[in-house]
Amino acid sequence: MAIQNRDSFLDSLAANLGRPRRTQGIERPKWSVSPQFEVLNQASKDELIDVLKKQCEVIHTDFKRTDRTDLVKVLRETIEGYNGKVIVASSDSRNEEYGLDNFYKSAAEDFDVHLWDETMWKENQVFAERADVGITFSDITLAESGTVTLFNNKYNGRSISLMPRTYIAIIPKHTIVPRMTQATRQLHEAHISGNAVSSCVSFVTGPSNSADIEMNLIVGVHGPVEVTYIVVDD
Amino acid sequence: MSIKISNAPYNERVQEGVKNDFMRKAVASAQGRFRSGRQKQADELGNWEDWRTLGEEIRTHTLRNIDYYLEILSENVSKRGGNVFFAKTAEEANEYIQHIIKKKNAKKVVKSKSMVTEEIGLNDALAEVGAEVVESDLGEWILQLDEDLPSHIVTPALHKNKEQVRETFAVKKGYEQSDKPEELASFARQQLRQEFLAADVGITGCNFAVAESGAVTFVTNEGNARMVTTIPDTQISVMGMERIVPTWEELDILVSLLTRAAVGQKLTSYITSITGTRLEGESDGPEEYHLVIVDNGRSKILGTEFQSALHCIRCAACINVCPVYRHVGGHAYGSIYPGPIGAVITPLLDGYEDHKELPYASSLCGACTEVCPVKIPLHEQLIRHRQIIVERENKGNKMEKLAMKGFAKWASSPAAYKLSAAAARPALQPWSKNEMIKSGPGPLKGWTINRDFPAPAKQTFRSWYKNRQKGREV
Repeated sequence: MAIQNRDSFLDSLAANLGRPRRTQGIERPKWSVSPQFEVLNQASKDELIDVLKKQCEVIHTDFKRTDRTDLVKVLRETIEGYNGKVIVASSDSRNEEYGLDNFYKSAAEDFDVHLWDETMWKENQVFAERADVGITFSDITLAESGTVTLFNNKYNGRSISLMPRTYIAIIPKHTIVPRMTQATRQLHEAHISGNAVSSCVSFVTGPSNSADIEMNLIVGVHGPVEVTYIVVDD
Repeated sequence: MSIKISNAPYNERVQEGVKNDFMRKAVASAQGRFRSGRQKQADELGNWEDWRTLGEEIRTHTLRNIDYYLEILSENVSKRGGNVFFAKTAEEANEYIQHIIKKKNAKKVVKSKSMVTEEIGLNDALAEVGAEVVESDLGEWILQLDEDLPSHIVTPALHKNKEQVRETFAVKKGYEQSDKPEELASFARQQLRQEFLAADVGITGCNFAVAESGAVTFVTNEGNARMVTTIPDTQISVMGMERIVPTWEELDILVSLLTRAAVGQKLTSYITSITGTRLEGESDGPEEYHLVIVDNGRSKILGTEFQSALHCIRCAACINVCPVYRHVGGHAYGSIYPGPIGAVITPLLDGYEDHKELPYASSLCGACTEVCPVKIPLHEQLIRHRQIIVERENKGNKMEKLAMKGFAKWASSPAAYKLSAAAARPALQPWSKNEMIKSGPGPLKGWTINRDFPAPAKQTFRSWYKNRQKGREV
């Protein structure tokens, strides 16, 4: 696509810096310190889950832990706890692996379920807009901040974790890492090895909130008002 | 609007701030909360100084090679289907965006909070071409409805109380509920949801662009930037040219510093990185994407002693510890960038002429420098501004020069000094009460308008010392 006015713009930056324009050969220096790798670097997966659980209190998020056998039961309870009637979920390949495919099929009697469908295009958004509950898997989970990382794509729309009133993230235990450092390293390495990054990478940390009125914390503004994380032991 | 937000003289703006009791209380309380939040996060990490060092090293390297990284960024955005426009001036940026709006025949534009679009006066430019602009950040929406201006770069409506917000919603939008913040926010959610769904174009700022892959990142809590980048088919991101990192790995560091220093959070609710247009088969995100990279005076700062001011990541930590901001509030600075960083960059971006008082809106206590997550030597830069204003630009007041000359002569004569030190107390007696002067005469008046001045002591230091040596009362 078009790039306009670049040369004159960048030439003048180089001139102000008092040197010729640099177009190649710049390497990132070796930074003198790297404190980001020290955070939780000795913690086991179970210890990281404890950190995540504690952080959930800070970010106003309900934390649940279960295994594959009981996942469907816990998921159903959570949806009912949110008084959810209309559900939108990603059509993730993991749905089958974790037994959610059958749940979504059988739950059709109790709930109005929509799995993200690339052929339905904008209809997906319309559905997400009126949904009570959005459900996705977490691709990388950051223990320190209590964050689920979503690589949005045609199976996992951006709207699912954004437009419904409540949001449930299913967190396979093996996706948990200490902090954002491990996620951004993965993104960097994927880029270097030639994999195109998702059109949208969403780092989601609990429900939306604002402190814009007299610095009072209001939980739930444009995004979900309530959020639950369900950690599933592998 | 542009970077300059008021034509009133500096002293009037300060007076207005000092007299606004609600604003001062709100600012003091907000500063307290922001500070303790930031401090808690810094303490929890245990090696905050290492993080700051790393932040500074990344910003220094990136700015020194900014032409290189901007070229890579533009290549990558273009590869992913985005258009990139380099705008030397605010006018060029606005004209380009106006052109898109006209081409798309857009009637409604939703925006997420962005300081750079305030700086270039984009909303006025959009109104010129007949587009309705809706600000979707809660604080910005309140200000837009009330036709008011931001007073803080992170919480723009800090100076308003909930009764005022309720009143604004009632008058402008027919709101009928209470002034409970939750009810106000819930009303905003309903109203703005309709605006998002009806919008033709979404406009955002940019916290950091990742050069290596062309991702543009937004750091938010409310989720409005996600709505703006998910729903409309056309999307425009406007970035100050310095808001860039080499790779995803540096994004981690700067985001971690920003959320901690700005609001005391480990991460905000949403860190969202979008790259170009939506891909084949995706239902969300724009089919047409534009990235507008804005200079608007920034390049003049490159290669000067103020270059590190461009390292700023707009966290407002300096604003949240500033004793001057605490008393005068954001509007007194007359710039959309208030506080210490505003006092440093406003004269650089917009010239000394309209902003020559700003470098003096500081006690030079250095608290700003101490908290800056990327170690900008803010108070030292304020001193340099003062030197430049007085010496190089030769804008020192003539009366002041004369007074300084007189002072030099008087202070270098011991007899004259001694005489006036002894005469000061009786001379100021008529204005003194309980050892304080609340409303002083002549040159003292300028000081006592806003604060009290201690009355001269009963005895001079020299006579006190002499007496003490003789073993008398001390």
